Amino acid sequence: MANLRPLQSLREFDLARDSLRDLNLFLHKHAADEGITQVHVKNPDGAHSVACGLDAKLDVEVHGHVGYYLAGMNKHATVTVHGNAGPGAAENMMSGRVHVKGFASTAAGASAHGGILVIDGDASLRCGISLKGGDIVVGGSVGSFSAFMAQAGRMVICGDAEDALGDSLYEAVIYVRGRVRSLGADARFEPMSDTDRAAVKQLLTQAGMNHDPAEFKRVASAKSLYHWHADADQEY
Amino acid sequence: MCGIVGLLVKNPALRPQLGALMVPMLVGMTERGPDSAGLAVYTEPVADDRHKISLYSGGHKVGWTELRDRLGADLPGRHEISVQGNHAVLTSAADPDGIAAWLARNEPEVAVLSVGQSIDLYKDVGAPADIADRYGFKSLSGSHLVGHTRMATESAVTPAHAHPFTAGRDFCLVHNGSLSNPHLVRKRLEPLGIEFETDNDTEAACRFFEWRLREGDDLETAVKRGFVELDGFYTFLMGTDQELLIVRDAFACKPAVIAESDDYVAIASEFRSLAHLPHIADASLFEPKPEEIYSWRI
Repeated sequence: MANLRPLQSLREFDLARDSLRDLNLFLHKHAADEGITQVHVKNPDGAHSVACGLDAKLDVEVHGHVGYYLAGMNKHATVTVHGNAGPGAAENMMSGRVHVKGFASTAAGASAHGGILVIDGDASLRCGISLKGGDIVVGGSVGSFSAFMAQAGRMVICGDAEDALGDSLYEAVIYVRGRVRSLGADARFEPMSDTDRAAVKQLLTQAGMNHDPAEFKRVASAKSLYHWHADADQEY
Repeated sequence: MCGIVGLLVKNPALRPQLGALMVPMLVGMTERGPDSAGLAVYTEPVADDRHKISLYSGGHKVGWTELRDRLGADLPGRHEISVQGNHAVLTSAADPDGIAAWLARNEPEVAVLSVGQSIDLYKDVGAPADIADRYGFKSLSGSHLVGHTRMATESAVTPAHAHPFTAGRDFCLVHNGSLSNPHLVRKRLEPLGIEFETDNDTEAACRFFEWRLREGDDLETAVKRGFVELDGFYTFLMGTDQELLIVRDAFACKPAVIAESDDYVAIASEFRSLAHLPHIADASLFEPKPEEIYSWRI
């Protein structure tokens, strides 16, 4: 009978039948009580706030497309979506890993303090806006205003970037492999160091992507907006 | 916040199911727009010499058949009317502007929602599911449609402020977002003799595009002019008797997702309104890029 040992650590939710609230309540409270670490979710059908606010070492796999705020505020958990994600995926993530296998809509990884967000496809506008220390790896391209006012953390873009990449950057660093339509105010290309190449290699490995780090360019802040210049005529 | 939905069936065999496919799309956008809803549906065109006029009487009791007979006594020609509660579609060979003027004189409580040869238009205040039931949306057939659920942010909740807005013939527009210069647009159009029915920002965009169409632009050219002339946030979905078109402003703050298959193209603010569609797993899914124009012809 050894082969029939049930997978006691796995729980399945079907959002065609189970409510989103029951799923998130389970992930927040009951999973730990029941000793469950793996949760599979099917038929999300664009639901908002799937696996939002997790605070435990859970492994959540979602099969289908999700709506707004996937895994928002994530801490410790690994959340994988076999599909696309709506606006604000992994917004304000603190730690852990969120992986979107399809594309992600606007503001993916916005304000993330830690952890890693991996998007296999494209990310829409404002990816990594106000990033505060998290890492983001995008397999495809990103839309305009990505990494706007990003304060800390790293962003790896394997494809292209649209307009105003890294506008008003603080200490975050962007590595981009493809074409950049335009850089934002105070963002500039800088030479890649060995440390940069090692960082790209490490992040690509974490994301399960395979590119030559030598193909990436570094974008960082020129720091001319850091201090007030009375004679700058405010023409930035 | 508002919800938009659009559906164009490429496979003519699906035309009788247009309404049935759409109702869950519209109801799926209830949280984005719980206060009003509306729908423009494009059907087989009436004969060349005839027009269809969608009429709405709101809370007023109107004897539609009697209205048709009185209209017939004043304006010669064959007038047909098909009634659904406080909504009716009048089909006539008389000049639509003459009919509108007659209505304004004789039945001022009756509003003209649309004029054209293909378009039927329904809009009202209330929950989208209730409005869908009220007007029998499920049984509608046609080639394409444009729908909207409204959460008012800048003007009153009334049937007239609900979307779609129409102007001219067979043209309609729905909007998720808000414009910051509708009054400037309006000031520019009014001296040209273009009249407004509401103070709603979306109406300014609708009348701007329709004016450009009358001036000879095709819809794509008109929309490109809109990039310069219309300031604000928008996802616009527009319909003509031949075409369905969607465009988002440069900042793309207002969402939209498109599902395209061999059988249909379906558009909604969010995927949750598309999840029920047949063979959705095989459809190509994408988000319209900012200031890129996507259009499909029937």
